[in-house]
This record gives sequence, structure tokens and C-alpha cells, in this order.
Amino acid sequence: MSLPTTRRSALLAGSAAFAGAMFGPGSLPAAAQSPAGVIVMAKQIDDITSLDPAEAFEYTGTEIIGNVYRKLVTTPNSDPARLVGDLAESWSTPDSRVFTFVLKAGQKFASGAPVTAEDAAFSLRRLVALNKSPAFIINQFGFTKDNVDGRIRAMDARTLVLECGAPTSPTFLYYCLSAACASVVEKSVVMARAQGDDLGNGWLKQNSAGGGAYVLRGWRASESVMLDANPNADPQPRTRRIVIRHMLDSSAQLLGLQRGDIDIARNLAADQIIALRTDSRFKVMPQRKASLMYLSLSQRVPALQKQEVRQAIKLAIDYEGIQRNIVSTTYDVHQAFLPEGLPGALTERPFLQRVEEAKQLLRQAGHPDGLELALDYSSGPPVSDIAQAIQANLAQAGIRLRMIAGEMRQVITKTRARQHEIAIVRWGSDYFDPHSNAEAFSMNPDNSDNARNRTLAWRASWEIPEITARTAAAVTETDAARRVATYLALQREHQQVSPFVIMLQEIEVAVTRSAVSGLELGPMSDRTNYAGVVKA
Amino acid sequence: MKRYPRLRALAATATTVPITLFGLVLVTFLIGRVVPIDPVLAIVGDRAPQDVVERARLDLGLDRPLPEQFLRYLGQIASGDLGRSVMTANPVTEDIARFFPATFELATLAIILAALVGVPLGVLAAVRQGTWIDQTVRLFCLIGHSLPVFVLGLLSLLLFYARLGWAPGPGRQGIAFDGMVDVRTGVLTLDAVLARDWPAFWDAVAHLAQPAGVLAFFSLAYIARMTRAFMLAELSSEYIITARAKGLSGGRIVWRHAFRNIAVPLVTVLALTYAGLLEGAVLTETIFSWPGLGQYLTVSLLNADMNAVLGATLVVGLIYVALNLLADLTYRLLDPRVR
Repeated sequence: MSLPTTRRSALLAGSAAFAGAMFGPGSLPAAAQSPAGVIVMAKQIDDITSLDPAEAFEYTGTEIIGNVYRKLVTTPNSDPARLVGDLAESWSTPDSRVFTFVLKAGQKFASGAPVTAEDAAFSLRRLVALNKSPAFIINQFGFTKDNVDGRIRAMDARTLVLECGAPTSPTFLYYCLSAACASVVEKSVVMARAQGDDLGNGWLKQNSAGGGAYVLRGWRASESVMLDANPNADPQPRTRRIVIRHMLDSSAQLLGLQRGDIDIARNLAADQIIALRTDSRFKVMPQRKASLMYLSLSQRVPALQKQEVRQAIKLAIDYEGIQRNIVSTTYDVHQAFLPEGLPGALTERPFLQRVEEAKQLLRQAGHPDGLELALDYSSGPPVSDIAQAIQANLAQAGIRLRMIAGEMRQVITKTRARQHEIAIVRWGSDYFDPHSNAEAFSMNPDNSDNARNRTLAWRASWEIPEITARTAAAVTETDAARRVATYLALQREHQQVSPFVIMLQEIEVAVTRSAVSGLELGPMSDRTNYAGVVKA
Repeated sequence: MKRYPRLRALAATATTVPITLFGLVLVTFLIGRVVPIDPVLAIVGDRAPQDVVERARLDLGLDRPLPEQFLRYLGQIASGDLGRSVMTANPVTEDIARFFPATFELATLAIILAALVGVPLGVLAAVRQGTWIDQTVRLFCLIGHSLPVFVLGLLSLLLFYARLGWAPGPGRQGIAFDGMVDVRTGVLTLDAVLARDWPAFWDAVAHLAQPAGVLAFFSLAYIARMTRAFMLAELSSEYIITARAKGLSGGRIVWRHAFRNIAVPLVTVLALTYAGLLEGAVLTETIFSWPGLGQYLTVSLLNADMNAVLGATLVVGLIYVALNLLADLTYRLLDPRVR
């Protein structure tokens, strides 16, 4: 039965009016409702597994640790390549093997106790002894459970000495000491809560003993994190309490922001961010993250061992189109293994879509009729949309992709087991030094199945003894400028020969109400700073 | 045994329940082991070095043969230990004690609302079959049952929270009350009453109203449709025609005779709907940021946090078994033939 035109039109008009009233831009009244002196942040926080600096290795956990603890040295977000003292006043090395740090005078923990060199030494020794996921960042300087007591020691209340196993690039060590895992904890508080030989790990998972801007008041998994201003912080944070509420759904975050119940939304979808960019009631803050999206081309697949085929894939993809049409606010095109913002990052983009050239390369490789390959990808947005775009791009050049969608961890499991052909994967830098990604993407000291060091290059079965040696040598380069030049050269070569198609760099976007200021997003999670955030 | 039917029923229950639970644990355990996600990933992350990965694998006992792993897990369960969740770093029993009351509170209010509205609506629709009342109820039920629950949730948030400002936003309580009520039962409204904290109570009720209303609407659509169907079948029975011929009033026929006879299948519908809600309304919990069992189970599954998955699945199984037993007992009360 069809409705008479007038009635149908009236119904349609009514529906449109309802939808317009509901979803139309600026239709929702914003009212300041979150309590004064409290900043309410909506964020997906179900990735937190621990808030112990020696154990946490996920984005949200390290972000909170960055606001609760202090480190010897850090990098300012305004100039991320520059090292500055956090707890340390000065640092020096006579031979690039033994490093001496002198702590600033008068620094205090939240408890009011002074920060001593013994606290700093204990924190690093504890990290090595516990040997949890992030411990390798410090262990790579030759520290082990057996030697760490002798090699990391406090000489007096303000002097700390680190004795590395071998000469190393000073900047490499300093950048690693700026990682969240190297945070300084208050020894007496932690050891008073130790159970057996856990060095206080069980307690510190859900409590804090630091000297950062905030103190952890409580963490309820998949619910909320509450931070209170540290009364002994200098300078004092501008807001007395930060409440981070777990909100999985981006629409709920948007509604909360529009109603004024939420001051900062951290996980809005791309279309929601676009809609808010022109709304004067909100501020959109983008920040490049040290996180890349790339294709891993397994070298176990005979066709992908051919340089021409790898090059053809790199030339068939429409990077700009994918960025513009699918992830315009949350990713930017980037084609080198060091993300922009890290020292030594290469910003050149040698690959543009050139389909004819890609076809020619496939013919040269002996595939005049193209070839068929499998693509593993995570089924959630935006990766699923990007996967479809890549499928269409490669089809133009004659490469047919069999699409295998899976859960993100399923795809990671497959690549870790070297069972993929092509996979779309994301990778975030572990610490703020070029070696973090250089090691992952261009070192593979042992390509056997039982290798100890299973880097991304290993997962792609890419056997590269010569590039591995050069990457390893860059770590011991003591001249900072020469070290950067080495990484630039490595990246240029890597772009051309590697089985990695690095496509995009993540941009994190926080949207705040216009009355909120002072939030600093960092290139790494632990550099995101709440100390200056305040609402008028 | 034939002489003692009650004893026989008790014996049957005593054997069925443990077998059901054992089967549930076995199947979930096997699924957890064959799922193509490395459980170690959830513990150490993708970036951990190989020695840390291997150590975590040994700690989980994944190097042992599968039957041995299962027997160890059964031993753990027998001692009341469901292991520790990787995601929350808490014992799974502690997590369930925290997440389940949130779901229980939500599901219980939802099923009460759904039953109070759905059953009379279904009866009314059957009694007025073919009239505009029947058509309206059917349309109402069709909307409730065919609209995805996340759409209902979002529309509800848009209308009552964002547009009209009648209801608070997502979450179980407002920022001002966060962590202010002592946790005794985990059911926030009850805890607030026990603490005599009336502002916190009303805040919890206000936060509960929207998600419970959405779930109730979704559930009552099903309950009303089933009630209508049961009632129509009953109203066409010969004894109803006889009752009418004898001049009994309409209300007496419907509520005294027909409704009592549909009570048994209706109890089954209500019990299963309630069990489904207690299992966790994942989408509703996600949209309303409700920290319940469904969200816990889903996130655990996606992260291959197998202790949490097994523990939560066991609880869901126990809920189904318990509600089935409760439904059986209710049959005995409602239907003399079952006694």
C-alpha cells in the first residue's frame, strides 16, 4: 500500500526535521556541568594492565605514569629532539660507557620525602630485576639481574652513576632514560609494600609513589582513573583533580562534550572531529604520534622476494587518496620507518601512485598477468576501509588480493608466527630514540625460526646481515649529528629495498571545550602532559 | 525410584547441573586454546622481547599438554580460584564481584519494567485482536524488537540526555559521587540506601533509568509478542468458549482462567529473557559506559584474557542453570500437573 503523496511528504518532512533537530550542527546546548577545579576526560582506558612504571607498556598506562612520576631526563613537547633535565641537573660521560647524573637539589616526592640518587638507582635496578615487558629498554645497555647492583649505584644523595656494558651513543642512553619505565619511584614507600620478591610490583600496579604533577587516587579497570594534584609538586598543577572516564563509544564522548559533562574527548571519530572543527565552542588539538601503519610483505612468499614486485606494490598504492578520503584527521602520509617528530626522521615521500610503472615492474618480474596474494587486516575501522582501498589500488596494477579479516591481535599473532603473506599492521615506537624503530624495521641478526630477537624484519623473514650491521653500528656512534645522518641514509635505502610499505603516521586528536586550555599532547604517550590543563 | 518422583527429580538435577557446568568449562577452555590469538600477547604486549614472551608462556603453563592444562584449571576452580585477569591485574573472582552487580542491577530493573509493561500489553493485544489497539501494540513491539539496541541507546542518549537534559550522561554515577559510596553489595542503588546517602541514591537511579529503559523496551517487545501468542492460543480453547457460554465476565475469563494457563510458558520466556540480560547487554553497556559483565567478557575475549573469559563464562553458565532451576520450581507452584 502506498501512502498518498501529501501524507508521505509530510512524514518525510517530519522525519527530516526530527533528524535535523537531533543531529544538526550546533543543535545541542552546551552547559558547564563538570565540577569546578576538576577536569573530566573521556578516553578508552581498557588497555591499562598496570600502573607500575616497571611494567606498564600500553598507551594509556604510560600516559598516566608520565603525569605521576618524573624521570632523570626528558624532552619538551615544543622541541622533542632536545634533551632537558627533569630530576637531573646535569649529566656527563668521560668515555660513553660510564655516565654520571647529578640530581637537582630540593626535589620531593608526593609524600614530602626528598628525591635521592638512591631512589633513582633503586628504580632502575628494580626495572632490570623485575624484567617485565619494558625492561629491555634499559637492559640493552648491558644491565642484567646479576650485575645491575654494581653497575647502577648512588655515590651520594645527589650523584648517580650508570656503568654500561660497552661504549654507547650518549643520546641513545639519555633518550632511553626518558622513557616511562625509567620513572623514579620512592624506594621506602614501594619496599614497605613489597610481597615476597615482587619489589612492590603488586602494590604499585594500582597505586603510585612518585613525584610528578599528580598522585594516583584510584584506578578502576575499564571504569575510571582519578588523579589528585601532588601537594609537593613544583610548580603546582593548575587543576586539583583529573578524572579520566572510560568511554568506549565515540558518540557518547561527543554527547558528553557537547553537554559540558566532559571537558576533553580523546577518541572521537574522524567525521565527528571534522564537524567540530568549525564550532567555536570547541578546540581541536592534533598531534603527530610516533606510530606508523604499514604493510609487511613476507619474504617467505617467492613472488614477494622479487624487488620488482615489492616496488610495484609500493607504486600501486594511492597514499594521498587513502589519507584524504579515509583518515584525513587521524593519519598523515609518511613513508619512512622513523615517524616525524623523532630525531633523524626522514620526511621524503618517494612513492606516488604510478600504476603503469607498477605494471611494467610486474612484467619484468615475470608476472605479466599479475598475481594473487593474501592480505591479513584488522576488521575494525579505519584499517578495514584502508584494506579495501589497497585491494582496489593493487587490482589496478594486476595484483589480486584475497582479503582475510581478523581481530587485531589475531593479525599480530599471525605475523609473529610468520604465517602471513601481506599484512596491515601498526607499530608504535617503544622509546624516544631512532634505534627503537631502526632495530624493529632494519635489524634481523638471526632469521631462523628459533631466533631470540624477533624484530619486525624477522617477522617479514627479511634476511639482511649487512643492513643489520649498519643499524647496530649507529647505536654506538657517539657524534649526535653523524648518528642522525646515518639514520637518514638507512631510511632512504630502506624505503627502496625493504619488504615494508610504510604508508601513514598516526595523528592523535583531542577535542576540548573552548574554556579548557593547557593540555599538551606529546609524540609519545608518556609525553602527554596534564600539569598545565585548566578550565576557565 | 519410581515411587519417589521428587527424589528422582532431585537426583536428575544433581547430576545434570555438574555435567552442564563441566561441559561449559571444557568447551570454553578448548575454544580459548584454539582461538587464533596468542594469549601471551595480552600479558606482555606485541613489543616484548622473546625471553619475556617465553617466560609468560611458561607462567601460563602453555608448554604443558592440553589435558594437563585443563586438569590444572579444574583444580584451580575447585579451590575457588579463577586465576588473575591480565587486563585488570585483579583476581577474576574480584572482577566478577565488581562487574556482575552492575549488570545485575541493570538487568533486574529492566526485566521488572519489561514484565510489568510487556505482559499486560500482550494480554490486551490478544483480547482486542484485530483492533487498532492490537495493531498499535504489534507495531510498538515490532519497533522494539527490530531496532538494533545500540540505535535505541543512541537515540535515547540524544533525546533524553543531550536534547532535553532530563537524564544524566553515560556512566554509573556522576563525577561528584564517584567513589563516594562504600561498596558493600556492588549494587550501587542498594549500597547508597545502606549508607543512607540519598543524593547518591538518586544520582544512581538517574544513571540507571536510561540504560534500563532501553533494555526494558527491547525485552518487553519480545515478552509482549510471546504473551499475545500464548493468550491467543488459550482464548481459542474450548473451555474458554464454555466459560463464555456460561456467562463469566471477560476479565474473569482472561485473568482467572486463560492467564493462569499461560503462566508456565510465560515463566520460561521471562527466565530466558532475564538470563540473556544478566549475561550482559554488551552494546547497551558500551553506549552507556556501564561497567558490566558483558563488556568485561567481550573486552577479555578480544584481548585473549582467557582466565577472565573462562571465569565470566562460568558465571553466565551458572546464571542459566540457576534460572532454569528457578523456572522449574515455579512450574511446580503454577501447574498442579507438574507436582
